Amino acid sequence: MHIDLPIVWAAIIGLGVFLYVVLDGFDLGIGLLFPFFENKEERQVMLNTVAPVWDGNETFLVLGGAGLYGAFPIAYSVLLPANYLPLILMVVGLLFRGAAFELRSKARRTQHAWDLAFTGGSALAAFCQGVVLGSLLQGTRVVDGRFAGGPFDWLSSFSIFCGLGVLVTYATLGCGWLIYKTDGELQRRMRVLMRPLAILLLVMVSVVSVWTVLGLPAVAQRWFGSGLLGWFLPVPVLVAACVAGIFRSVRQRHEVRPFLLTLALCFLGYTGLIISIWPYIVPPSLSLWEASSSPESQKFALVGTLIVLPVILAYNVMQYRVFRGKVRHGDAGYH
Amino acid sequence: MEMFDALHLARLQFAFTVAVHIIFPAISIGLASFLAVLEWRWLANGNKVYQDMFFFWSRIFAIGFGMGVVSGVVMAYEFGTNWSGFSRYAGNITGPLLTYEVLTAFFLEAGFLGVMLFGWKRVSPRAHFFATVMVAVGTLISTFWILSSNSFMQTPQGYEIRDGRLIAADWWQVIFNPSFPYRLMHMTIAAFIVAAFIVAACGAWHLLKGRRDEPVKRSFSMGLWILLLLTPIQILVGDAHGLNTREHQPAKIAAIEGLWETEKGGTALNLFGIPDMQAEETKYAIQVPHLGSLILTHSWDGEIRGLKEFPKEDRPNSLIVFWSFRIMAGLGMLMLLVAVLGVLLRRGGRLYESRAFQRFVLLMGPSGLVALLAGWVTTEVGRQPWTVYGLLRTADSASPIGSQQAGVSLLILVVAYVLVFGVGVYYMLKLMAQGPQPHVEHHDPAARPSLSNRDPFQSFH
Repeated sequence: MHIDLPIVWAAIIGLGVFLYVVLDGFDLGIGLLFPFFENKEERQVMLNTVAPVWDGNETFLVLGGAGLYGAFPIAYSVLLPANYLPLILMVVGLLFRGAAFELRSKARRTQHAWDLAFTGGSALAAFCQGVVLGSLLQGTRVVDGRFAGGPFDWLSSFSIFCGLGVLVTYATLGCGWLIYKTDGELQRRMRVLMRPLAILLLVMVSVVSVWTVLGLPAVAQRWFGSGLLGWFLPVPVLVAACVAGIFRSVRQRHEVRPFLLTLALCFLGYTGLIISIWPYIVPPSLSLWEASSSPESQKFALVGTLIVLPVILAYNVMQYRVFRGKVRHGDAGYH
Repeated sequence: MEMFDALHLARLQFAFTVAVHIIFPAISIGLASFLAVLEWRWLANGNKVYQDMFFFWSRIFAIGFGMGVVSGVVMAYEFGTNWSGFSRYAGNITGPLLTYEVLTAFFLEAGFLGVMLFGWKRVSPRAHFFATVMVAVGTLISTFWILSSNSFMQTPQGYEIRDGRLIAADWWQVIFNPSFPYRLMHMTIAAFIVAAFIVAACGAWHLLKGRRDEPVKRSFSMGLWILLLLTPIQILVGDAHGLNTREHQPAKIAAIEGLWETEKGGTALNLFGIPDMQAEETKYAIQVPHLGSLILTHSWDGEIRGLKEFPKEDRPNSLIVFWSFRIMAGLGMLMLLVAVLGVLLRRGGRLYESRAFQRFVLLMGPSGLVALLAGWVTTEVGRQPWTVYGLLRTADSASPIGSQQAGVSLLILVVAYVLVFGVGVYYMLKLMAQGPQPHVEHHDPAARPSLSNRDPFQSFH
């Protein structure tokens, strides 16, 4: 049986990136929601809902980077220099965010500064991820399999808007997560926040979609020229249904449902992005196959991945199970 | 100006970020295994002292680990942002190795770290111990892969070149390349020594302050036992590593020794000297006849190749590695002295009383880290001008980025690192200065071991 290795690897990396977006998405979202909650105890509870798991969540980003490096080194060596500044700023953001997790609770006089580092780091990382996404969609200049553009090719009104879109997405995820993990007054205020966030998210998704189709002819071609348009038509309907569902479930005080519906929204948006890019990994020049590492490398790494990835997913699920349930003030907190 | 072109700025950035990074994994690797031992002793004989020690060191470990994670994410992206020439040339080989590291090590550590740090009330003691062991195993697996990758870059084998890029011909040969076993052993033991010195020095600090409680005494004592076991082994492994390097990277050895001519009938060892790359000589050399041959070939008149045998453009900077190596080896000897003095004082029953020795141990606290960094400088500067030894030059490895981008990002990273890691190290030191606290038991006698003393609002009362 012939296995198309690049497609398998694209699927694995795609899964890794999706897991990263939703998992670290709600971690980063909590940082974005911090400014709305002044109270010290409330902030500690918000932080404690993700303290045991954020590290594992962030590891999916490293998987994305390492997987891209291992399976598509050409894409890696083009995309990273092309998005040099936003990526450096992203890791700096993650640096401050991660350090704030460890250090915030140790600090007393400087706790405020660490709260700022947590919010600022989360916002910077989220925004830069969106910018890189926008820059990927709008295309990268490649000559001879090497990046051939300038240092600010990634910068455009579209990529900036994508950055804002990711901020809103993560804030909504974080809000949904906190409705699920908290109770009492904190949960009530999260419910209040959830509705404007969902509306804002709907606006962002719509604008990015329309902008992509109108502003990027190559992407429009992939949407409308593929003959599969019939399959895509329900997507806007499903998006609207999700947003309506979020409103309903918040009103009816469901605990998990707002979060699950936000996940569904992210999934729909993510599929849309994949359709916009497919079958390129560096649009508009490098396809999956052109950017692949040698079959020897893809096969070697695949063997391990197929064995290890299910185990990883299993103990990640286990970890979420160990830490299931509501988080309240005074629980075994961050060290 | 050549110093500030994009290539040199990128090199400076990589050296800076990796040097800061390496500190934290080294601490985590050593402390993770130490914690597993402490928890095992505690579960095995129920001695509360080990519990107190576990809680204390796990808090310091948590900071070190967090710092390692955040500085490591930077590394994973730097290969692409700054070294895309390298990643396209060698990505077929180093990429999958890195993927394996993420899959088999990073997820294992991250997956069980939460349970280890926050899971006391939620899982059984045995399950908790399992989580601790998994974190420790994860750090060792991580060491395995990253050193395999690094060793491949130093002593590549098992590859072929297709379309101007490396392809793996035999993965077994790639992973178990000639310098890998030595480097892996040397680095792992180094990480254990780093942690042992930190633990012992922390004990020494509190002994000097007058504390004589069990957790303090035992930290001091355990640290010294580990050093007694490991420093002699490390010296032997280092010696074997040197022989291996002489075989596979002779130019590196010549640079380390500040040796210019290939001498017949036995080579002397330069104890001191200032190698001059331009004049092609080592000035002010103080030599011991035949000792160079004796150390590096294990024979009286074994031959060592001098730097002049290699073309000028293939020579590593001798001045740097000559001294970085001597710092590492000199500290190694002092470490051995600490371990031996420790055992002598122990036999005399004065281990916890000799203030002079405690001051010495305290002073040597950072020596593990300094030696590790010096050793890293030796091996990495010593393999220049290559990134993949003999195959890809550093000059051909960089990304097509301008010096402005490289400079700005270097500046941003330096500022961010000083802030973040400065504060991280400050809190680690602050925790160590507090010392282990006796564990406060819950009112409910049936309660499982809890982390009540880890509550953030009680931490600094």
